[in-house]
Amino acid sequence: MSELLLDIKGERLSFFTSVGEVKALNDVSLQLREGEVLGIVGESGSGKSVTAYSIMGLTSYPGRLIGGSIWFNGHQIESMSEQELRKMRGNEVSIIFQDPMTSLNPVFSIGNQIMEVILLHTNKSKQEAYDRAKNLLELVGINEPEKRLHQYPHELSGGMRQRVMIAIALACEPKLLIADEPTTALDMTIQAQILELIMELRRKLGMSIIMITHDLGIVANMCEKIAVMYAGKIVEYGTVDELFYQPAHEYTKGLLLSIPKLNATVHEPLIPIEGTPVDMLNPPAGCPFAPRCASCMKICLKEMPPCTYLSETHYTACWLRQSEAWQLSLAEGGDAK
Amino acid sequence: MSDKKLVEVQNLKQYFHVGGIGKQKKLVKAVDDVSFYINKGEILGLVGESGCGKTTTGRTLLRLYEPSSGKIFYDGKDITKANMLPYRRKMQIVFQDPYASLDPRMTVGDIVGEAIDIHKLAASKNERTEKILTMLERVGLNSEHANRYPHEFSGGQRQRIGIARALAVDPEFIVCDEPISALDVSIQAQIINMFERLQQEMGLTYLFIAHDLSVVKYISNRIGVMYLGKLVELAESDELTFHSVHPYTRSLISAIPIADPIMARAHKRIVLEGDVPSPLNPPSGCRFRTRCPYATTQCAEQEPEFKEVSAGHYAACHNLDKVR
Repeated sequence: MSELLLDIKGERLSFFTSVGEVKALNDVSLQLREGEVLGIVGESGSGKSVTAYSIMGLTSYPGRLIGGSIWFNGHQIESMSEQELRKMRGNEVSIIFQDPMTSLNPVFSIGNQIMEVILLHTNKSKQEAYDRAKNLLELVGINEPEKRLHQYPHELSGGMRQRVMIAIALACEPKLLIADEPTTALDMTIQAQILELIMELRRKLGMSIIMITHDLGIVANMCEKIAVMYAGKIVEYGTVDELFYQPAHEYTKGLLLSIPKLNATVHEPLIPIEGTPVDMLNPPAGCPFAPRCASCMKICLKEMPPCTYLSETHYTACWLRQSEAWQLSLAEGGDAK
Repeated sequence: MSDKKLVEVQNLKQYFHVGGIGKQKKLVKAVDDVSFYINKGEILGLVGESGCGKTTTGRTLLRLYEPSSGKIFYDGKDITKANMLPYRRKMQIVFQDPYASLDPRMTVGDIVGEAIDIHKLAASKNERTEKILTMLERVGLNSEHANRYPHEFSGGQRQRIGIARALAVDPEFIVCDEPISALDVSIQAQIINMFERLQQEMGLTYLFIAHDLSVVKYISNRIGVMYLGKLVELAESDELTFHSVHPYTRSLISAIPIADPIMARAHKRIVLEGDVPSPLNPPSGCRFRTRCPYATTQCAEQEPEFKEVSAGHYAACHNLDKVR
């Protein structure tokens, strides 16, 4: 098995807002190996993007880390100075944001924005950086790269801008690429292009990818491992096959049953997850999903379930699975972390 | 579902003036010569990418925009120039963004009650209140919600309020304009199921607009696919998803990521080259030709006719024999 690249241990992060504390990340632990593609799925407010930002060391007021640690490539993010973080960002870890319309600077040319990263992190001369920028545009499938380098973001379409964002992110050949809903703002046929491009680049360059999305179709197509988040917690983690064919958490099961399938030949009714998303200001005492869970038990309302390991790569935080594990005397659950 | 046409548009055109005067006048042909009908009790889905004119079609059909040309019929009557007030009772709309489409300074009760007042559907205050509460219950809200304001609700609940408002006047036809795309995945199924239940209970007819083909396929009887202001294919839902003939529809279906890892691995995607051209300056002839793998010189010169390829299945393409 390849080396451990990222190790998030019991991360806790809260936003201290005027109306109270929002526990955006509540004891999140996650590991990523070199070359792996991990998908993080969950609904808005579940903590997917905050997880990504904390890996980049991008937690800002009113958010504050209150526990846990993140280790990237042997270094602890929290103990790094701003200068060290700047060296890491864009160099070893890069991020592609959701909205390519707002994440590029409108007053600088495309070339300028790609060269900035290269000049900042390497000793290349301006001419070398320019050549590298041109190669990068070719790499991400942009025609006439010389012409494009002198253009400004508003002259490009949404799909093209996202390609430019990818070029910037890959400029220094990072070990880890975080894609935060990279195709949500794009049309279906353009989404297919961008996803294809990300996977092709991964085959060429071999970086690890964290793919943040709410679209189960995208993770099924691209990822090897999946983490399902709900209300600031990872409720289930496993390989893509384990999650899709043996889902263990009631939330994961609910999600899979509630999406319409294009290839269905009979009209099977959708089974929605009832209730409303968690109010993060007043989360329930026990399992955050308990109020919406059809199989909720008494203990679920009182106590957060521990992790139950179903295989070496598959775990879930659900009392139902925990009690099954007890019954089968397979008590390797508990705090097997 | 009956065979009686409830809504019909013929050669509907909606051009927007976007600058320039006289000969330099610039027009966006948002909807360009679109014809279709919806039978009573039927759900017609409309899909396409952003800027293809699906929302404009829905709004023009309700005459929220005055059509540039073409005719709109409701229940057999030409309403292209008619006074719309009596028809507003029969034709309603649910908007995409539940955050922008509810007046933040009105209570939920007043939002739902406003249309009841305008159409004078309640004889007394009590009857009005009763009607509002029935509507709220019908969409899964309750009486205590009536005195609250929109900001107190989640996205899914707000969309329910938007639906209650549309239902308040007892309409026959509703344009559902991307009603679920702003909602979380776990909430989408709740709202889709509700649209389906209401349609059956109240015998409603929908024009269901969305960009997500799997959702449209789930709910609709027939589906129309739009590209740059044109209808390119129209057929029964299953026919369209399993036996599509237009190269654009095929690539659109193929672009949808399948939420099933084993099938996804076996799936070979048709990835279209290039971007959607600007609607300000659409390509000559067939508008899809710049991205179409089958394009010939004929496609550049001549606009393909929207014709029937098999019973009830229409498509606009010169090269149907090659695509098959």
